[in-house]
Amino acid sequence: MWDKIKNYVTDSQVWKSVIRHGYPDTRRNRVLVVLTNVFLHLHPTKVPAHSLKLSYTWCMGGLTFFLFLVETLTGVLLMFYYRPVGEYAYNDILALREHVPLGIMREIHRWGAHAMVITVWLHMLRVFLTGSYKPPREFNWGVGVILLTLTLLLSFTGYLLPWDQLAIWAITVGSNMARATPFVGHEGPGSKLLNPGLLGMEDIPLIHATDDARFVLLGGPFVGEATLLRFYVLHCVFIPLAAATLIAVHFWRVRKDGGISSPTDDFSQKPL
Amino acid sequence: MIETLKHCINALAAPTIFLPLVAAAFFLVLHFYRTITRPKVALGILIGAILFYVVSLFDPNFQHIVAKPDNVPITIMLLLCGFCVWLALRQAAINDERMERGLPPLEKESSETIFVWPDLVYIEFLSAILVGVILTLWSIELKAPLEQPASPFKAPNPSKAPWYFLGLQEMLVYFDPWLAGVVFPSLIISGLISIPYMDTNPRGSGYYSFKQRRMSITIYLFGFLFLWVTLIMLGTFFRGPNWNFFGPYEFWDVHKVEPLVNINLSEIIYVKLLHTGMPAHWLPREIWGLLLVGFYLFALPPILQKTVLKKFYAEMGFVRYNVFMMHFLMMMMLPLKMICRWMFNLKYFVAVTEFFFNI
Repeated sequence: MWDKIKNYVTDSQVWKSVIRHGYPDTRRNRVLVVLTNVFLHLHPTKVPAHSLKLSYTWCMGGLTFFLFLVETLTGVLLMFYYRPVGEYAYNDILALREHVPLGIMREIHRWGAHAMVITVWLHMLRVFLTGSYKPPREFNWGVGVILLTLTLLLSFTGYLLPWDQLAIWAITVGSNMARATPFVGHEGPGSKLLNPGLLGMEDIPLIHATDDARFVLLGGPFVGEATLLRFYVLHCVFIPLAAATLIAVHFWRVRKDGGISSPTDDFSQKPL
Repeated sequence: MIETLKHCINALAAPTIFLPLVAAAFFLVLHFYRTITRPKVALGILIGAILFYVVSLFDPNFQHIVAKPDNVPITIMLLLCGFCVWLALRQAAINDERMERGLPPLEKESSETIFVWPDLVYIEFLSAILVGVILTLWSIELKAPLEQPASPFKAPNPSKAPWYFLGLQEMLVYFDPWLAGVVFPSLIISGLISIPYMDTNPRGSGYYSFKQRRMSITIYLFGFLFLWVTLIMLGTFFRGPNWNFFGPYEFWDVHKVEPLVNINLSEIIYVKLLHTGMPAHWLPREIWGLLLVGFYLFALPPILQKTVLKKFYAEMGFVRYNVFMMHFLMMMMLPLKMICRWMFNLKYFVAVTEFFFNI
């Protein structure tokens, strides 16, 4: 009876149109599971035994990606309730805390972000300590470094959005550095060299507090409402898209460069 | 008795003592990595650290800083970093010992391949669930911080950047923002990206080993564990109002006064040694500092290439060698400046404040 129902379902046109292989208990079907699924297709069909050991990979790269997905999901949910405008921003966050019984969406988003920073660092540490950046994986290491930078920037831009004292002053301290950028910061070395002094306009500086690198970053001479909107767009649209694109490159390159790193044959002690 | 102990630990935590101690511990661990990573020794260190942490929580000042919601991730990071470095060095020790006996590294033991479905997918699924559960519990237990509404007129003291940038903020103690906030971060990124192109050692790829990659691992771990993680810890836990140092059990007193006794290299030369007073123009005033920094950055690489690092240079070639030396010397400027600050109260090597050009 049970078998009859099962066969009726799995032999139907609908089932076969979705799942194109039998139950994955044979070698052939196990390969097909991975090959016919776009998400599982990120993997090869088989991997070396040592790469399954937690002691080798620490699972950190995978967890970083998992946390990226968690951040995307919780971030989209938070976007329904948050308006990046001076009058509303703080109150919206307050409402999330006060009016949502048992709400933990903002908590998951915040702690997930901190956790992602940590897992990215540890993933990088693992890749370094197993020498996995060595040829042919040099380029992918570079992509990874950019992804690390994007992770920090994602976290940094998100830090401003609650629009409380912690946020505004952390971003003020962090972005004050841009003031001192060589040549293009108004307190940076060389910025005075760019003054059109030769034209007799010494007292009209070319680089000043309202057109320098920090101004571009903040959308104003200090952290204000323009900064809030700017960081919101960077945080919710621009950097996630850039990161998602580079993650795709990163994963694709892992596959193209020969999968997860494995010991080369030459592990001898003799000096080269 | 307890108070005396707390005072001792507070005194030991001062950057002048704490950082050299950490550096010494770092090199000791790397040197004796085979002994120190033995499970029993490592477990002892772990239990000691946790005991220290738990007992310290009874101190209100310690608890106040460590239990701040945004500081909890730092404790987690410190524990995870310690664990991961142990795990890597432990496997490196085992592999190094195996390879000395002519055996392949552990990763080479089995050359079989395993189906992704179900084995790998299963691991990924379980670890995602596990981390999801941890994240949910963490979020239920600890509320995300929300302070007073943003006000551009009330600066909190101390004002701190997000915790992962506190290493850079701590660098501001020693360097001006154009170096600590712009040049050094850019060099960290470019240096990291160029690692695969500078490391010409073909061995140690795909398995843990320390013996075969002593130099590269030492430099990387020094940068990561000492110049990044330790400075984050120092910046978060030990820096209070006015960025003054406070021990772990010390109250963050806004009125703590630290004498500003730091002086520039030019003042040491012209005022303290020559007693002539400072030259009016910046060029003769700062020429000695400029020469010193210029020597360090531009003369040292070619000198080393012809003497101590002759073999190294031959392996690396001109471009690799100079890219490496540039990043390495810039990285070492931080510990060198720290030492100069502690020993001679040195503020700037070069202080052309007229053009914001201070090193």
